[in-house]
Formats: sequence, structure tokens, C-alpha cells
Amino acid sequence: MEILPNILFAVALVVGIGFFARNIKKLIRNIKLGRKVEVDDNPAKRFKNMAMIALGQSKMVVRPIAGLMHIIVYVGFIIINIEVLEIIIDGLFGTHRIFASLGAFYDFLIASFEILALLVIVAVVIFWIRRNVIRLRRFIKPEMKGWPKTDANWILYIEFILMALFLTMNATDAKLQQLGALHYQEAGTFPISQFLLPLFDTMSIQTLIFIERTAWWLHILGILFFLNYLYYSKHLHILLAFPNTYYGKLRPQGQFENLDSVTKEVKLMLDPNADPFAAPADDAPPPEKFGASDVMDLTRVQLLNAYTCTECGRCTSECPANQTGKKLSPRKIMMDTRDRLEEVGQNINSNKGEFKADGKQLLDDYITREELWACTTCNACVEACPVSIDPLSIIMSMRQYLVMEQSAAPTELNNMMGNVENNGAPWPFNQMDRLNWTQES
Amino acid sequence: MNVPTMASLFAENKQPEVLFWVGCAGSFDDRAKKITKAFVKILNKAGVSFAVLGTEEGCTGDPAKRAGNEFLFQMQAVTNIEVLNGYGVKKIVTACPHCFNTIKNEYPELGGNYEVVHHTQFLKQLLDEGKISLEGGTYKGKRITYHDPCYLGRANNVFEAPRELIQKLDAELVEMKNCRKRGLCCGAGGAQMFKEPEKGDKDVNIERTEQALETQPEIIAAACPFCNTMMTDGVKNKEKEASIAVLDVAELIANAEDL
Repeated sequence: MEILPNILFAVALVVGIGFFARNIKKLIRNIKLGRKVEVDDNPAKRFKNMAMIALGQSKMVVRPIAGLMHIIVYVGFIIINIEVLEIIIDGLFGTHRIFASLGAFYDFLIASFEILALLVIVAVVIFWIRRNVIRLRRFIKPEMKGWPKTDANWILYIEFILMALFLTMNATDAKLQQLGALHYQEAGTFPISQFLLPLFDTMSIQTLIFIERTAWWLHILGILFFLNYLYYSKHLHILLAFPNTYYGKLRPQGQFENLDSVTKEVKLMLDPNADPFAAPADDAPPPEKFGASDVMDLTRVQLLNAYTCTECGRCTSECPANQTGKKLSPRKIMMDTRDRLEEVGQNINSNKGEFKADGKQLLDDYITREELWACTTCNACVEACPVSIDPLSIIMSMRQYLVMEQSAAPTELNNMMGNVENNGAPWPFNQMDRLNWTQES
Repeated sequence: MNVPTMASLFAENKQPEVLFWVGCAGSFDDRAKKITKAFVKILNKAGVSFAVLGTEEGCTGDPAKRAGNEFLFQMQAVTNIEVLNGYGVKKIVTACPHCFNTIKNEYPELGGNYEVVHHTQFLKQLLDEGKISLEGGTYKGKRITYHDPCYLGRANNVFEAPRELIQKLDAELVEMKNCRKRGLCCGAGGAQMFKEPEKGDKDVNIERTEQALETQPEIIAAACPFCNTMMTDGVKNKEKEASIAVLDVAELIANAEDL
């Protein structure tokens, strides 16, 4: 009977991690629905970006309050994994506080976890107040209703509960150590949970052990639950921020990609030896689609961007179109892309690994043309994103589809493009008049 | 005003040090033409060896590309690159951040490799080399706020050159709430210049003008012909055109030098 908890623990661990791995496989498959892009240039610069932006949180502190609190939660999350490692070893082998032999260093570790746990609780409470009481503008935009709102609060509740369980576990453990209970050797210092001790003064050893074990189990089961919750939540960014910053744009922000498929066409047009009447070879691949109308037309980096977005809304609050009340919200572009990609993924799951046309697409069914045409391509959203997401590139891909596949630009833009084509200027002036300014006083 | 063309210099077997890419706004737009002329006057005064393409210049394709017409963009690009390469152009200066960005960043992949500088960078260079001198006087102590053009600032990290020039005029440079990397768009980029804005509470240029007015400036300085137009419209909308001027950095310098 003694080893039953260990077996149960092992089962929980395998199920929890296995289920998570299965979802991650699905996620990778979905991202691979996108077009392949060359991203193996300059790995040194890419690693540096990942280290600075994801690991070093360099872009979080642009907004100091949110940035500082985020760093607390982030450091708390990273450090607490040492504790989780101890819990896993204890759980599997029936030991208790296996790292206690580290002595003074162990005391220091436990003490710092406790302080971080308290700081995380404080940060989480402030985050909750910002969302639900102060209601910061970027958290109450139209796209933040329903699941996105619930999801954000859920994450805060889960983090709060996990930290509270951690402190309860330590407090009862400390009490049991004081009482000299079997198994509970003296280990660790408890700068925060010591203040909880009076709560447990009147309890028997049996009750204390029950509370300690319950907190211990709920803590680790909670962590496994949270791990699996990630896939269904905006909180995936805690993992994907790393690859996403690695694959982020290295070129100047103003430099947009030159579409290779178009370059080929242009070269062919200008080639005096090309036969204008040549029929395509029988084995020629179907002509490439210009731009994007659905998620499969986007690149893998763009799709990874969508999964990485944590809906913080810094992009939207910096967007000049959004600030002046237009429908465009860069955050919504990312959320729509992710929702549509998930829908396509579900479709593939339920159709034995094949996508069956569902009569829907990203354009119009998720993202409207009005949103796309409101963008000034100013890159404020790209600059604002703390994890190198590029909503502008998706907007541009979809504009390319509208213009080059559908000829569906607004009339004024069609006039502008006609002028460029005919006169070499966006206005209806004769190219021969380009020097007239030299003659005018 | 002395404005040689590449064609005429080529006929004399001469090669200028730098090509001045005027751009469509600088060639045709009445407001922007004043910026072009101010810049040329400075070039003349500093004795810079330059030329323009004149009738051989065509739109870089920036508005077409950002409207989504990659095809038209690339057609414009390869045509312009052919002309530029034909003249053996090495260095290009332009007063338009959109031309600057496109030629600097998007032409190389299509075969156009040049050293491209924005006119504020070029003027800063002339100043450092002692080819022009700026004396306070006209603008001494005036409150000037500088609007960062997106395609110069955030898009290409050129923030300091225009600011240093303004400060050299002994003017008081005051920053807006959103400046440098967090500068707010004037509302014209991404081909918005050529269409009506989407429905909203207000236009982007009004929002940006309000930010500028908060600094209580006597002058709003710009470094892009499109920003200039948008901010001028904004100031008119606020009925402040009598007390606040919108001027390009090149115009500030030309005026200070009484050119």
C-alpha cells in the first residue's frame, strides 16, 4: 500500500505530460499548414534577439508597471520549476524534500520561492484589478469579450491558487517539522508562510498531514492542469515566445518582402526571348496564388505569430487607426488568424487527417476588408509587440490577395495605381512635366 | 537655381557625386515642391555635385506595394533600377522617406544597390563637413516640435539627424507625447494618402496634430512631404494656421540661411 501514492503520481504525470505532448503535435501540424519560409539566415542575430526579447524581457518594460509585474511572475515561474523538480522526485520515489540535504542553500532556495510566491500573488491581484476594476482601455476592446476575457481571468485565478497552495503546503510542513512528525525532517526556512502558522495551532498531526498532502497534491495536479490548459489558451506565449522571437523579422521594419512569385512573372514579362504564346508544360505546377485569403496561404512564421499572441493589446493601443476609432485592431487580426487556424485543425482532425472545404476562409468570414484597408502600414503594432509578432505582414498578405487576385481595391486606390502605371506618378500628371518645378518661382 | 539632369551630365561625360531623387510629391505637389526647391538651394550653396533624373524618374512603387499591388511595384522597381544602373548611380539622396525606404531596402533584392540617404542625414553630413553653417537667428528660441515620419523613424531608425539639425538652429526642440520609436503616424502611409480614410471617430492627422498642439509649438517640423501635407491640413482644421507653421527641416535651414 505504501507505494500506491507513487504509482498514482506516476500515472498523473504520464497522463498530464502525454496529453500535453499530443496537443503540441497538433499545434506543430497546424503551423506546418502554412507556407515554408527561409529563416535559417543569421542564427547568431536570431539567438541574440531571443535572449534579449524573450529571455531578457527587454520589450516588456516599455510599459514600466505592467513590465515589472510581468517580470515578477515570469521569474517566479522559472524559479519555481526547481521546486517542481523536487516535487516530482518526491512524488515518484516517496521521499520528502529530497533536496533538503543541500542544507543552507536549500533554506535559501525555499525562502526565495516563498518571497517570489508572495510577489506573484501581489502581481496577479494587481493584474486582475487592472482588467476588472480599472478596466484599462486595451482590455475592454470589442474583441476582448467572451472567451478571451474569461481566459485572461482564469489564468490569474489558477496562478493565484497555485501560489496559495504552495504557501499552505509550506506552512503545514513547517508546523509538522516543529511538532517533530515522522518523515517531516527539519528543512527550509519559511519567511512568508511562517505568518500562516497560527492558523494551524490547534490542529492535530493527522489533520496537518492531511492538509499538507492535499496542498502538495493539488499543487502538482494544478501545475499539470495548467500545462494542459495552455494549449486552449492565449497563455501559450510562455512557450512560444522563444521560437517566435527567434524567427522574428531581422530586416528593417520598413522593408517588406518582395514576393518571389511576382518577381518570376515580372522577369518573364521583360524577357525579350520569352514566347508570349507558350502554353504551360503539362507537368507545370498550378500557378501560385498571390497573397493570402486563408490561413494556408500565410507563412509558418505568420501562423506561429498567431499562436504566440497573448492578447495583451499593446499593438492595438498603439495603432493609429484603432486610436481614431476605426475597426482595425492588430490584436484581432492575430486572434482571428488563430481562431481560423484552430477551426481548420479541427476540420482536419475530424476528417481523418484531410481538410474538407468548409466554405469559409480567413478573409471576410473572420477579417473584414474594412479592417484591412484602414492600416497605414506604420509598424506601430510591430514595434509595440513584446514578443516580435508582426500583424502588419498578415494585413499586407491579405491586401495582396484583394488587389492581385480579386482586383478589389477601393476605387481611389485603383485610380492611384492606374496613374502609377500610366504616368509613373500616383497623381494624374504627365511624366514629361516632372521638371516643371525648376521653372517655377 | 541650378538643377542639372543625369542625361545632360551624361552627355558631357560627367558623373555627379549624388543623385537627388525628387519623388512624385516633390515633383508635382505644390506644397512639396517648396521643400524640393529649398533643398536644391542648400545643395547649390554648399556646392554639392548632384543631378536629378527629371523626366526619367518614375514612382518608386511604394504606394502600389503598400496597397497590395506587388506586381505594379516590381514593374516600377525594375524600370527605375534599369535607369539608375544605366547611369552608374552610386549614391542617392531623397527628401521623401517613402522613396528612401523603398530604394534603400526593397530595391537591392531586385538588382538595385545604392547608398541611400535621407535629406536630413545628408544635410547633417554637410554640416559636419563644414559645407554649410547654421547660425541661430531666424529660429532662435522658437518652440519647434518634430514629427517622426514612420518610414524614416521606426522603419529605418533615423531619429537623430533631423533633431540635431533643428537644435543647431538654436531652436527649442519640444517632444510630443508619442515620439521616436513610438511616433504616431500622420495617417498618409500605406497608400492612405490617396483614399478616404475608413470610418472612425476622427482622422489620424487630427489626432497627431492635437498631440503636436499639446506642446504649444510655433513650428511643427516634418521630414516627409506626406507628413507635411497631413499636418498642414490638421493645423488648418484646428484654425491655427496663422500662428503655427508646418515646415520641412530643409525649409527651416534654407530660411535660416535666407536662401
